Amino acid sequence: MNLLGTWIAAGLTIAILSFLYRDNPLYKFAEHLFVGVSAGYWVIYIWAFDVKPMLIDEFVRQAGFEKWLLIVPAVFGVMMLMRWIPRTAWISRWPISFTVGIAAGLALTAQVQGYIIPQIQATLLPLVSVGNTTAETIGRSFNNILIFVGVVCALLFFYFSREHKGALKVGSKIGVIFLMIGFGASFGYTVMARLSLLIGRLTFLLQVFGFR
Amino acid sequence: MKVLDWLANIDRRLIFLAIGLAVAIPIIMKLRMPIRISSEVRSAYETIENLPEGSVVLASIDYDATSAPELTPMFRSFLRQCFRKKLKIIYTGHLAIGLPLAQFDLDMVTAECGAVYGEDYINLGYRPGYTAVMIGIGREIRDFFAVDYKGVPVDSFPMMKDIHNYGDMALIVDFAHGTAGEYWIQYVVSRFGVRMFSCVTGVMAPTLYPYLQAGQITGIIGGLQGAAEYEMLVGNPESAAFGMPAQSIAHLLIIAFIVFGNIGYFISRRKK
Amino acid sequence: MKRDIPIIITFLTGFLCVVAFFIPHPPLGDLQQRFLIWYAIVYGFTMVLGLDSLLKYNIKKITQRKEGWQYSYVLLFGLALVLVTGFQSWFKYGTPFELRSSFMYSYIHIIVPLQATMFALLAFFISSAAYRAFRARTFEATLLLVAAAIVMLGRVPIGKMIWSEIPVISDWLLNIPQLAAKRGIQIGVYLGGVVMSLRIILGIERTYLT
Repeated sequence: MNLLGTWIAAGLTIAILSFLYRDNPLYKFAEHLFVGVSAGYWVIYIWAFDVKPMLIDEFVRQAGFEKWLLIVPAVFGVMMLMRWIPRTAWISRWPISFTVGIAAGLALTAQVQGYIIPQIQATLLPLVSVGNTTAETIGRSFNNILIFVGVVCALLFFYFSREHKGALKVGSKIGVIFLMIGFGASFGYTVMARLSLLIGRLTFLLQVFGFR
Repeated sequence: MKVLDWLANIDRRLIFLAIGLAVAIPIIMKLRMPIRISSEVRSAYETIENLPEGSVVLASIDYDATSAPELTPMFRSFLRQCFRKKLKIIYTGHLAIGLPLAQFDLDMVTAECGAVYGEDYINLGYRPGYTAVMIGIGREIRDFFAVDYKGVPVDSFPMMKDIHNYGDMALIVDFAHGTAGEYWIQYVVSRFGVRMFSCVTGVMAPTLYPYLQAGQITGIIGGLQGAAEYEMLVGNPESAAFGMPAQSIAHLLIIAFIVFGNIGYFISRRKK
Repeated sequence: MKRDIPIIITFLTGFLCVVAFFIPHPPLGDLQQRFLIWYAIVYGFTMVLGLDSLLKYNIKKITQRKEGWQYSYVLLFGLALVLVTGFQSWFKYGTPFELRSSFMYSYIHIIVPLQATMFALLAFFISSAAYRAFRARTFEATLLLVAAAIVMLGRVPIGKMIWSEIPVISDWLLNIPQLAAKRGIQIGVYLGGVVMSLRIILGIERTYLT
């Protein structure tokens, strides 16, 4: 049974890879199968990890007021599915507004506390940082200055409320240098990630065909 | 000159073939290369090493098959290190389609290390809601995970007896290929003061350096290289370490292609 | 009814989450926790919303014999297969997530290879794109190119074999200029995020209602 599964997996892998030559029926078959099985998988997952344990099982387990309160999210869930019918689609706005409100409320504080404040704090570094040796002092201070200047100038580049002239132009030009290095580094890492996936798939295929 | 012209206009499929071979040949030949350990991976490794025996670590599986070659070796190494240190693991995640994938690794490593379900580790499965679940656990984990992934009440497991929220956890380790990695830091680390390090794909890794410098996380294990370094530190080189020669040669080839492309560009510009 | 009530719901829930952040004690903390549980439940329903349009689109494609209609049968077959194996495993093992179950069998031998290979294709396209588009046309483009090359070499063992300083330069690039650039971008993004959250809570931003 496992051997059959391995060959199915190998066949599907080759079917997807065949797209490299050109679009073909084998690829289309695998692509459509992927969409279908993924959708089915989501249904099972939502039932097993959401509706059943959090709604049905909880409804059975709880007693009194707590039990009946669970009707609210259940109704909200059903209201959400009203989107399937055009005439009743507006009903889904209630649960949507509930989820949007929660997400916005949580994000508001999390982004300030979890990103903006600690990241600004970490940028406000001593521009002269004394180390054990002169070289260390120069190195640390240079890096601190670069971080400070880089963050400020990158922010200036995205400041579009005034025309980029004079000091703002100089700042944004410096910002571009940092941004380009940043994008380059991200690209380098992205190439690495994509190749890793290929390494994973080819390792699997080579194992199936006995090359490894 | 003809050679330069050809190099500047290589057919797309030839590039595909070259990349395929650059990856396949080192795998077939079982090449090996020395792995250099970076400070961000060592720091992540030491975070676990410094935890006292019996500490609880929450592992969040926020990746799926699209990034498994990078994150699977990290997760296996993490499990081996934790079980060797006799730490307790809570396994959960926010990417439904990836959870069973890591479950196979969990079953494999727990069998190898002799870890006991419910005593040394527990699999809580998935709940939708991302940030809401993350923040909710900060108050009481049972409000979201009253049962484990098979529907067994969590209170029936000995290891869950005294675990209620992040106050009872020593560390969070997130295995992510998307924004969930950042959500954990922003919504949980800052709010509840729990320690964390991130195991992420190469695509995500650059995004996390600001968090590391700000001290919000204690380490980054990024991409296949990070996974290989972690495997070396844990002392169990596997797929990541063995994949690095293929990665190296493919990188060299891509850089060569970029150089060829630029040579062609400058030649055509001079001709104009 | 159609617009005002949703705006009031958004305001109340958003405002509660902000206030409960500062006063996490009962009754506000309890109420927020209850809302978070409800959120998780409702969020699950949103994830199956796409199923309707997927089914409608493919059934329509089959009935109208549109181009490639045969593949829609494959899609529906895949969907049915996973649903059948999922519920069959549930009845047999009490959970679909038993590793021996047919549901997990279809997961590991169908979903995983398809998903992983779909993304592995990108390795080829990113290489081809780098070859065609990565040109040192300007100073900025050259910077990008050089930074990418250094990181690509510095993050693999061969970089150190070529020159021992390449990984050191790569680490420095990632830890200093790259970090500064990312932080500059992200501070801007999150300031925008905070403003957007405020606009949503206060009912100024209403696009989610359309």
